[in-house]
Amino acid sequence: MKLFPIRGGIHPEYRKDLTSEKAIVAMPMPAALYIPLQQHIGAPAEVLVAEGDLVKKGQMIARSQGAVSVPQHAPTSGRIMSVAEVAAPHPSGLPQKTIILEPDGKDEWGDLPEPIADPFAADPHAIHERVAQSGIVGMGGAAFPSAVKLNLGTQKKLEILLLNGAECEPYLTCDDRVMREYPGEVIDGARIMARALGTPRVVIGIEQNKPQAIEIMTRAASAFPEVEVVAVPVQYPMGSERHLVQAITGRETPARKLTADLGIVVHNVATARAVHHAVRFGRPLVARVVTVSGGAIRQPNNVLTPIGTKVADLVEFCGGFSARPESVVNGGPMMGQPLASLDAPVVKGTSGILALTAEEINDSPTSACIRCGSCVTVCPCGLSPVDMAAFIRKDNLDVAAKLGVMDCFSCGSCSYVCPSHIPLVHYFNYAKGVLRELESDRRKGERIKTLAETRTIRIEKAAEAKRAALAAKSKPAADAASSGNAGEAKATTEEKVNA
Amino acid sequence: MKKSGPFAHGFTSVQKTMFLVLLALTPATVFNLYLFGWPAILLFIVTVGACVAVEAACLSVAGKPVMATLADCSAILTGWLLAMSLPPWAPWWIGVLAAIFAIALTKHAFGGLGQNLFNPAMVGRTVMLISFPVAMTVWVAPHPLFSAGAPGLVEAFAITFGGSIPDTMSAASALGHIKTELSRGIPVTQSIGQMPDLMDMALGYRAGSMGETSALLILAGGLFLMAKRIISWHIPASMLGSLFLIAALFHAIDPTHFTSGTFHLLSGATFLGAFFIATDYVTSPVSKSGQIIFGIGVGLFTWSIRNFAGYPEGVAFAVLLMNSLTPIIDQYTRPRAFGRTRKGEPLPLEGKP
Ligand code: SF4
Ligand code: SF4
Repeated sequence: MKLFPIRGGIHPEYRKDLTSEKAIVAMPMPAALYIPLQQHIGAPAEVLVAEGDLVKKGQMIARSQGAVSVPQHAPTSGRIMSVAEVAAPHPSGLPQKTIILEPDGKDEWGDLPEPIADPFAADPHAIHERVAQSGIVGMGGAAFPSAVKLNLGTQKKLEILLLNGAECEPYLTCDDRVMREYPGEVIDGARIMARALGTPRVVIGIEQNKPQAIEIMTRAASAFPEVEVVAVPVQYPMGSERHLVQAITGRETPARKLTADLGIVVHNVATARAVHHAVRFGRPLVARVVTVSGGAIRQPNNVLTPIGTKVADLVEFCGGFSARPESVVNGGPMMGQPLASLDAPVVKGTSGILALTAEEINDSPTSACIRCGSCVTVCPCGLSPVDMAAFIRKDNLDVAAKLGVMDCFSCGSCSYVCPSHIPLVHYFNYAKGVLRELESDRRKGERIKTLAETRTIRIEKAAEAKRAALAAKSKPAADAASSGNAGEAKATTEEKVNA
Repeated sequence: MKKSGPFAHGFTSVQKTMFLVLLALTPATVFNLYLFGWPAILLFIVTVGACVAVEAACLSVAGKPVMATLADCSAILTGWLLAMSLPPWAPWWIGVLAAIFAIALTKHAFGGLGQNLFNPAMVGRTVMLISFPVAMTVWVAPHPLFSAGAPGLVEAFAITFGGSIPDTMSAASALGHIKTELSRGIPVTQSIGQMPDLMDMALGYRAGSMGETSALLILAGGLFLMAKRIISWHIPASMLGSLFLIAALFHAIDPTHFTSGTFHLLSGATFLGAFFIATDYVTSPVSKSGQIIFGIGVGLFTWSIRNFAGYPEGVAFAVLLMNSLTPIIDQYTRPRAFGRTRKGEPLPLEGKP
């Protein structure tokens, strides 16, 4: 298949060999599981259980709230200890509402929904329904509710389901292992998703640094003419949705549009496998494969981890730390988030837990920008990080916005190459945060202004009516006009590598 | 703990970059120091030392960390390039004054490393050339170290610190010679016959500043930097290409007034300029398309100045001219953002950029 070049990008040290040959192992059930109500983009789930309740594995313990939300299920059988505030797997380490479950050791499944007998004859809505019920989110890290993304076919004519097996982040090998060990499940899940989306084609994109996965998946796909495996070049951030779409189809997703507007929907390979489980066995998403790696981990591994396992327990299972980690990261080293505490749980979007040494991170004090232009050359979004950073430093966020800082998806390529070790991504995240806030303030302000204006008009109209009434002395005062205000819907597209 | 990603970094640093540039300059420098002997070595030491001293002084006045910043080697590089663009037997105070102009007035007055608009070494050289046209145009023929007639260390002190160059030793640089002869009505076709042949020019056996001689060693250093990805081909290729093409064109039209493209490439500071001066990160555009425009500009200005202005060598002026345009070039050559038109509007859905 002819591929298309993508702009910029980098070739970091991949260090995937730490875990790429380690077969997936299931970890024993920890003493307690911590299941946050929000593990996804969108509204948090609503608790269905109370302290002391006995639950079975797979039982829904929190239901989705609103259109963009997912339910949570018990990862094993046991007793609800409490619903409490626990540190979230987020750099802030701020607590969030979490269900704490004490496993009973039996790991007994509860009543699961019936398998969908023939998904390829089933109504696409039945598949959406099932995926939504099963609490599945994008497992590449974005954690966007998968059912919402599977619904796109009802609004748009779609051509391709692009399965993202690029896994372009260094260290991570969980998708690689899933493809090598469960190729049939991944492809079946993908075909089911294609059915739900109404796409006639499935393309599976895998970076060339995973030759076994490419071979195994190609063999498994050979039975299905609509499924095609494509080896894509090793180039970070190939796993970014928009860039993978461009590499494979040559089409560039316009700013503020979705790849779906081009007729292409991207899902992660692990998500496809979760869909397979949900549709074929009625099993919700209660565990995932996590790559535990980094120079400070004694036994790096790919671990099948129950959702809600404390990072500390997972690290313990991998032999603990062999050295003091400089940072512990949730996700890959390029786009992952630092963990403030090892008490944070593994969630549905956790693709990796990396304990990195100072040498691996290779950080240095920041020095002056020498205008080398490397950041401009590598930016896969065609931005000029050096200029944006200069304006952000002067607190001139308007110009930074004009230069496109909101288009930056924090891939980290610019920070990676900067010889002066300028924390460019940090600047951009800051600017994006402030600009988003300003934007929502502005909308609020506009709403208030509209309300105020409506009120003035109403008063004026009333006054006029009164005058008219006085003048005519016979006509009754007209009713003042009233007006509503339609809230503006804000479309945000959250994007993440390996979404 | 590191607060924000990425949790990985390439093996680049400012210090490493500067160090590789110095390394790339070393062969040509050593060869030229050998060629021009002790006076050149003394001037080199004085100039580099002055740059480092001025840098340290400026940093401490500005209250910035002195040792940590000196370690980035940028002052050494400036001094080094400055020394290579001065007449090798120039008196010591030329080196010191040039260092003050380069480091204090061009770099630190604008805020230090990365903030200057103009290339410090070229400002240093150019100010000297304008202020002291005589001292800055005394060239000597090569006097290799330890060869017969070469000044010993003691004589060298007299030359560098006493300011006396024996008249018999001075010579004209190739570009200067052609220009002088042309002004006396002697056509290029004739005066070029009295020049060292092009091969000698390429190897460096001729009069000139250190950076002007030995184009081949400079070229080798430049290619090394490209291989190490410190510089890219964009500026050198566009500068050399445009210089060659315009020179060749006019040479074809009127060979009595215009020297050939090859002559322009091999003479003066062309190669030093193309690989080490015009490629200075700070003072050249950051985008690749901007770098090509910049390179073409330097090439064309170099040729024009060499032919039509009062000075035989134009690289320094050309670089400075283009330096002043860099902010504008940068502004108009930003890459097109992903999913957007050049104007910054989202791409139309079905259209191609
Ligand atoms: S990579 Fe760093 S030093 Fe180079 S231009 Fe960008 S911000 Fe400046
Ligand atoms: S982090 Fe943003 S600005 Fe930097 S390279 Fe990635 S997309 Fe470009």
